[in-house]
Amino acid sequence: MLIVIAFYVLAATAIGAAFMVIASRNPVHSVMFLIATFFSAAGLFVLMGAEFLALLLVMVYVGAVAVLFLFVVMMLDVDFVEMKQGFLQYLPIGAVVAFILLLEMIMVGAASVSKPDQGVVPNEDGVSNIRAFGNVLYTEYAFFFEAVGLVLLVAMIGAIVLTLRHRDGVKRQNVAAQNARTREGGVELVDVTPGEGIGQ
Amino acid sequence: MSTSMSIGLSHYLVVAAILFTIGVFGIFVNRKNVIIILMSIELILLAVNINFVAFATHSGDIAGQVFALFILTVAAAEAAVGLAILVVYFRNRGDIAVEDINLMKG
Repeated sequence: MLIVIAFYVLAATAIGAAFMVIASRNPVHSVMFLIATFFSAAGLFVLMGAEFLALLLVMVYVGAVAVLFLFVVMMLDVDFVEMKQGFLQYLPIGAVVAFILLLEMIMVGAASVSKPDQGVVPNEDGVSNIRAFGNVLYTEYAFFFEAVGLVLLVAMIGAIVLTLRHRDGVKRQNVAAQNARTREGGVELVDVTPGEGIGQ
Repeated sequence: MSTSMSIGLSHYLVVAAILFTIGVFGIFVNRKNVIIILMSIELILLAVNINFVAFATHSGDIAGQVFALFILTVAAAEAAVGLAILVVYFRNRGDIAVEDINLMKG
């Protein structure tokens, strides 16, 4: 019974927050609602017995992706009120497409899974979720695991290369030029006549 | 578990379908704001992840959870690269209106 209540609370929170992500006027609020959505989805994952993925979702999305979004939203100096224009213009076509999509997906789901619905309950065979996860992740899916690491590396290098820029007019230390200086190039000896100074 | 109040696979599939639809709807109505579009894509990928985990638990096979992990990784990489492109685009143009990104149309 508690699981049923928890499911409905988490599902309602996830859907409501997801709707507020696309409906709120302020992008900072959108990011906050995105965090709420992912928190609720992590709760749903726990109900399904995927504790490791739930914690991963919280760490990756709340810890990394949401901060990334917040950083970009706050760094870009954009008039977000003006960007909201066109919301009503695209509302009818968007609502029609979304309604058809939802209807199709629910009909396909109802047609294919309605017969033997044994429920989604984690099996209690004494093996913890993370142990079962590691048992297949590092054996059966080892190559996929490494490929995913490569994807992250490429994404990191790509983001750095894209946003790196060299600004002109900034003084930087050039060690090679400093070491290549000689006495002749750096010092000028002036024979000063008494009473006149070195001014021209 | 066969009481009328139990939570079945179809409950999770409906939640995921609604989240997916909200993501698609968000792409339609926020045509000007790329940041909201990127968040909508994250919502769509989250819906896919919920489906994967629901089916994994339903069928008793942990492979679905492993794939959800991979999707999570790709989604994080996509967000990082997408936001980097956004920052570069903002530096060049001074705004991030998607409707104006048609310079390559010829």
